Amino acid sequence: MKSTLSSLIAGLLFGAGLLLSGMVNPSKVIGFLDIAGVWDPSLALVMVSAILVSWIGVQLALRRAAGADADADAAEGAPQRDIDRPLLIGSALFGIGWGITGFCPGPAVAALGMGFWPAAVVAIGLLPGLWVGNRLSG
Amino acid sequence: MDIAWSVFTPWHSLAGGLLIGLAASILLLANGQIAGISGILGNLLQRKGLQSWRLAFVAGLILAPMLLLPLLPAIGPFRPSVPIAESMDILRLLAGGFLVGLGTSMANGCTSGHGVCGLARFSPRSLAAVLTFMLAGFATVFLWRTTWGLPL
Repeated sequence: MKSTLSSLIAGLLFGAGLLLSGMVNPSKVIGFLDIAGVWDPSLALVMVSAILVSWIGVQLALRRAAGADADADAAEGAPQRDIDRPLLIGSALFGIGWGITGFCPGPAVAALGMGFWPAAVVAIGLLPGLWVGNRLSG
Repeated sequence: MDIAWSVFTPWHSLAGGLLIGLAASILLLANGQIAGISGILGNLLQRKGLQSWRLAFVAGLILAPMLLLPLLPAIGPFRPSVPIAESMDILRLLAGGFLVGLGTSMANGCTSGHGVCGLARFSPRSLAAVLTFMLAGFATVFLWRTTWGLPL
């Protein structure tokens, strides 16, 4: 129950952040990806402040993890694997889809809450894509 | 390089990123989980593991814009740019969405999982993922606009 509440709050803050930063707007995301045209660097600043604040969270989790293994695992993330082909091929495919639509998974979900119909169409493509990719990865 | 000053929103972007980082930190500290949206959605689809926190997170993600949009005039200068549905054709959105789902599940992460959470813990895998999807995104938009002459 407590973990559901904290997760709901995290989701609300995440969605608010996507809305405030303009990242639910696919034309703004494409404006960032159009680096050779007239470039909108906004997305880079979203990444900078999000990473800085997350870094504080990671440091707090690592500090607290001295006595708790579960925390350390989460702060360090999934067991580190090599930079392998699925990582690079998958990321390249994601980048192409991102460039075509201006949507990555978070904004696609958040924009659904705004009744923005293109987000619903992206989500209809996204879910089978996730399913196939998970099957391929086993 | 030309900067699009008229649409550049540095303060909104920094503030929005701060909220995203706060959300990722809360999920890490309170739930011991990584705020990676593609992973959360993928695990929900596969009905794998404990689902209640994932459902709650996705509910929050959808609810936040619903709750905030009516309040926007009161937020003043922090008004976000609302998406515009012009020049969006359905096949493009479907195909792109499929590639986003396929790619992020193969790579085990997207802009949030690799881009925010992964880089915040200096993961080399995440750095490789971010460089790859950024370059692929830049190249796609460039080709889309110049070589194929399609509307953005």
